[in-house]
Amino acid sequence: MREFDLQNAEVRLLNQALHGSDLAGQSIEVVNPGGKHNVAAGAQFETQVDIRGHVGYYCAGMNQNARITVHGNAGPGLAENMMSGSVTVKGNASQYCGATAHGGLLIVEGDAAARCGISMKGVDIVVGGSIGHMSAFMAQSGRLVICGDAGESLGDSIYEARIYLRGEPTSLGTDCIEKPMETEHIEELKDLLNKAGIKHDPAEFKRYGSARKLYNFQVDNVGAY
Amino acid sequence: MCGIVGLYLKNPALEQHLGTMLADMLVQMTDRGPDSAGVAIYHDPVDAKSVKITLQGPDDVDWIAIESKLVEGLGQHVSVTPLANHAVMIAGASDAAQSDDIAGWIESNLDNVKITSLGSAIEIFKEKGLPDQVIKKFKIRNMHGTHALGHTRMATESAVTTEHSHPFSTGRDLCLVHNGSLSNHNQWRDRLRSEGIRFQTDNDSEVAAGYLTWRLGQGATLNQALENAIKDLDGFYTFAVGTRDGFAVLRDPIACKPAVLAETDDWVAMSSEYRAIAQLPNSENARIWEPDPARIYSWEREVK
Repeated sequence: MREFDLQNAEVRLLNQALHGSDLAGQSIEVVNPGGKHNVAAGAQFETQVDIRGHVGYYCAGMNQNARITVHGNAGPGLAENMMSGSVTVKGNASQYCGATAHGGLLIVEGDAAARCGISMKGVDIVVGGSIGHMSAFMAQSGRLVICGDAGESLGDSIYEARIYLRGEPTSLGTDCIEKPMETEHIEELKDLLNKAGIKHDPAEFKRYGSARKLYNFQVDNVGAY
Repeated sequence: MCGIVGLYLKNPALEQHLGTMLADMLVQMTDRGPDSAGVAIYHDPVDAKSVKITLQGPDDVDWIAIESKLVEGLGQHVSVTPLANHAVMIAGASDAAQSDDIAGWIESNLDNVKITSLGSAIEIFKEKGLPDQVIKKFKIRNMHGTHALGHTRMATESAVTTEHSHPFSTGRDLCLVHNGSLSNHNQWRDRLRSEGIRFQTDNDSEVAAGYLTWRLGQGATLNQALENAIKDLDGFYTFAVGTRDGFAVLRDPIACKPAVLAETDDWVAMSSEYRAIAQLPNSENARIWEPDPARIYSWEREVK
């Protein structure tokens, strides 16, 4: 086990260690994060990173392979562009968590703020609480599970990402519609909830996705150009 | 980008530490804005027959000479307590009209002296430079008080000068700090000028302060004024607003500018980032949350 105390050590020292293979397979404790930015950004190897406290912007960005747990809240841009591995936040996450992320699993046990999963490209996101407005905007692929409610304009201009929502959306964004929950979706959702360690009955969720009406140019709109 | 902080004390035992607590918060926000910094602090309210005005002059200002001019011009005893190129003056004024007359006399008769705040408890100190420099210059760490706001600026909408620095005050005991940019400020500045609100700069945030002053002057409560601001002010903002007895936070409906609120039994704090709040005593046990878009959060102490 390696410990990094961010009260004394630069965040850069931690991140450089996570960029190299020396700590692969090890457990890493990060104490006194104090809301600092970029904590555990760019990790590349299979490590378990436990961050004891709240973090600022861009925590766990670009993560590959590492399992990172924030035992606190996270600021804006959590797990932005994650490629693989997992990121878990025990508290709440601020805006645009999981933005543009290609893979891996992001778990927010509390609430996530606005623009959660914006432009997600294959990541799976499970939020134990509610999410803010404009979430899953232009979401391309991957799954977004919300156990609470969603703010305004959920899934605006969504492509092929799937949204599972247990509560209610304040409103749906353009081209986002409710879709039937087939057996395949119940199974997929059950698996995601299991992985996240969050207990809910998948039957309580509704599925939302793209109506695919924005995929092709509508000649009726020619006047707008 | 800018960094804003606000601290409102619920436990009077902490009042002697307000300056240090706020300074620690503001220094953490330094890399959100290197252009200028400022602090509004509420303390030592004057009695109902007096007015407290913060003056700001050039670096070589002679406050003794200014005090003589004030005594002569206003025809009354005036106390002037210098603090570097700022000074806090206290004069007799039995009502708001008389305070305005004094402010008007200063603006017309004292060259190079500007008013940064006017009221009974508010004092505003602001300057170009980093938070740490400004805090040291005005000895903010030694200050006590009930609540305070701080700002560190990265200019986007108007020039980098001391006059363009935050906090902005356009009305009695009212001040505002802003992270963001307003898009309809020119239109509102014109309209508010015609309503009698005075502006010192072309800055967008000063318009927001003027807007609140105008609404409050029409009899609105702070919450009502802020509700109207959501409709009337267009742009991006996280505002922290101070009044003599209260403190409020508001984010625009799009809410792309960050904000964190935290509360314990002893204090309420807001900041652009948690880093600033982490400096406060017992912050590890605070209730911490991100303010919702377009929702007003306010605290007010009971007026004795």
